[in-house]
Amino acid sequence: MSRLLVCPPDFFGIEYEINPWMRLSNRVDHERAVSQWHTLMEILEQELGVMLERMPPIPGLPDLVFTANAGLVVGRTAVVSHFRHPERQREEAHVERWFRRQGYDVMTVQTGLHFEGAGDLLGLSDTWFGGYRQRSDIGVYPILSEHFHREIIPLELIDNRFYHLDTCFCPLSGGELLYFPAAFDLDGREVLATRVPTEQRLVVPEHEALKFACNAVCVGKHVVLPAGCPRTESLLQERGYDTHAVQLDEFMKSGGSAKCLTLALD
Amino acid sequence: MSTYHETVVLQGHIIDSLVLAKVLDLIVMMGGTFDLEDVCIGKTREEPSLARIVIRATSRSLLDDILKAIQPHGALVEGEADCRTDQAPADGLLPDDFYATTHLPTQIRLNGRWLEVDRIEMDLAILVDEQGMAARAVPMGEVRRGDRVVVGRAGVRVIPLQRPQERDVFGFMESHVSAERPHGHVIADVAARMRRLRAQYQEGQPDSKVLLAGGPAIIHAGGREALTWLIEQGFIQVLFCGNALAAHDMEADLYGTSLGYGLRVGRAVPHGHEHHLRTINRIRTIGSIQAAVTSGVIAQGIMAACVRQEVSVVIAGTIRDDGPLPGVITDSVEAQNAMRAMIPGVGLALLVASTLHAIATGNLLPATIPTVCVDVNPSVPTKLADRGSFQAVGLVMDAASFLTELARVLGRQA
Repeated sequence: MSRLLVCPPDFFGIEYEINPWMRLSNRVDHERAVSQWHTLMEILEQELGVMLERMPPIPGLPDLVFTANAGLVVGRTAVVSHFRHPERQREEAHVERWFRRQGYDVMTVQTGLHFEGAGDLLGLSDTWFGGYRQRSDIGVYPILSEHFHREIIPLELIDNRFYHLDTCFCPLSGGELLYFPAAFDLDGREVLATRVPTEQRLVVPEHEALKFACNAVCVGKHVVLPAGCPRTESLLQERGYDTHAVQLDEFMKSGGSAKCLTLALD
Repeated sequence: MSTYHETVVLQGHIIDSLVLAKVLDLIVMMGGTFDLEDVCIGKTREEPSLARIVIRATSRSLLDDILKAIQPHGALVEGEADCRTDQAPADGLLPDDFYATTHLPTQIRLNGRWLEVDRIEMDLAILVDEQGMAARAVPMGEVRRGDRVVVGRAGVRVIPLQRPQERDVFGFMESHVSAERPHGHVIADVAARMRRLRAQYQEGQPDSKVLLAGGPAIIHAGGREALTWLIEQGFIQVLFCGNALAAHDMEADLYGTSLGYGLRVGRAVPHGHEHHLRTINRIRTIGSIQAAVTSGVIAQGIMAACVRQEVSVVIAGTIRDDGPLPGVITDSVEAQNAMRAMIPGVGLALLVASTLHAIATGNLLPATIPTVCVDVNPSVPTKLADRGSFQAVGLVMDAASFLTELARVLGRQA
């Protein structure tokens, strides 16, 4: 059974602007956000059979809800993120404490290097891909590669709307890749073309990519994705995936969707 | 035109990810150049690769811009460390791991700052002064017990030669040796440099001296008058030669022969083979070449011109010397040191018709000094280049023709 770390949106809101999606003037409808989050949790727990671990929310940490960025979990090791923006660095100590309490071996990256967890580091088959340039520093990947004995291919993110790798790149359980090529430079696209066969690459159209179609959670043959992405859904269905669309537009005001709201623990 | 350079290290899965290619593309696109100094490719997919890249740019700001642009892709300026030093274990002995110099401009890092190594020359060691404020290249024999000598390679950087702004034969600073090419433009370029250097020397500017190292073939072949004229006109400030050049030059003045061969009559004269011995004996009797010239015994020629123009002369002896003349340094280490002491301030070196003196002088010259090697035998400039003096321009021609043409271009009436 999959286990995901989540954090209830009790204190979710827009309190600063650190990505192009965030506008302080664009107020979050809190009640709606809470209801959208609970719908997502219901689907994950009841339809996908996922076990959810809930991290207590903290006042003043509105983005703690986006647990994908809290760190990276590999076996019993948790690599705690070091955020680029000071606004989110305040989450680090809280996340670290939570992992320690849960008995994880906590690893922190070298001072001075930014790393935003599973938001930027995703595995596809035997290879891990690391997004850099927007949030995480490329320099963390050799460190993690050495520690976990894994190949990590860095991918440059060139569009600040797709500021984390998980906003434009979603590995699926069958080895396919759901992605938005224009978020990567030509080198990155070439690398992906070399590593993933054409028939395994599912290209999301731009208008759906901008709805964060790639910010999807894949559990077995189920994919949970934001509502309003019919083309992506049919691409997935053609490959035999059951799709679960969830309205998450309150979280899109902050530049996050389904995947950002979860962190894989196993 | 000067260039600025910095070494960066890139590591991780940089090959398959095309990160290395991207960094190299960026350097070139921005107008820099690079050398891949070291590339270690991981043996397995999991194993990371490493590349050490030397980046060059024409200005500090361009270099900084390039470093800034490639830094997000993981290219980090290599950690700079101070150089290591060790004490010389005894007089004339270097520590085991001593750094051996090249003749290229060299800097060492001491207390966090880069210092120029003074008097750079190939195949020496680097000595650091007690305060750690200055460094100079020293030959093994000069080292004293306890001297601080640079060891290992860390904290030492060698700066490649910059292409000079002048677009003349020295512009490429690399050996060209060919008997098949016209000499005219090379001689014209040498003459233009000498004219400029003479003006600079007269104004007291640094690095404006012209050094000539020559062999006795200059006299035998008939280049004596032209060289004398060049010295008298103030085109040459330093002369390196052996016993023979000085002896035959003065023999020519006293007897009109060179090694017994009548320079004007064009044939061997009776008992001519004694002339150089009698010349040497005469000068030994007088006590010095200087005294022979000032007393009027030696009136004309190269040595007379040198005395009158106060040219610095180093006469280095060899095993087969007759006499030798007074002033010839017969201890070869001492001769080498005397020659070395004359190198600072030299802005052009002419090595003419002497294998021995050309190679010896070449070994003492920093690569930054434009050098011309003239010999009828192409193996001499080739040998000079093979011994590392890659900056020397080789001219395969007879010494007398070279000097006569050089003097003519510089205004000597035939």
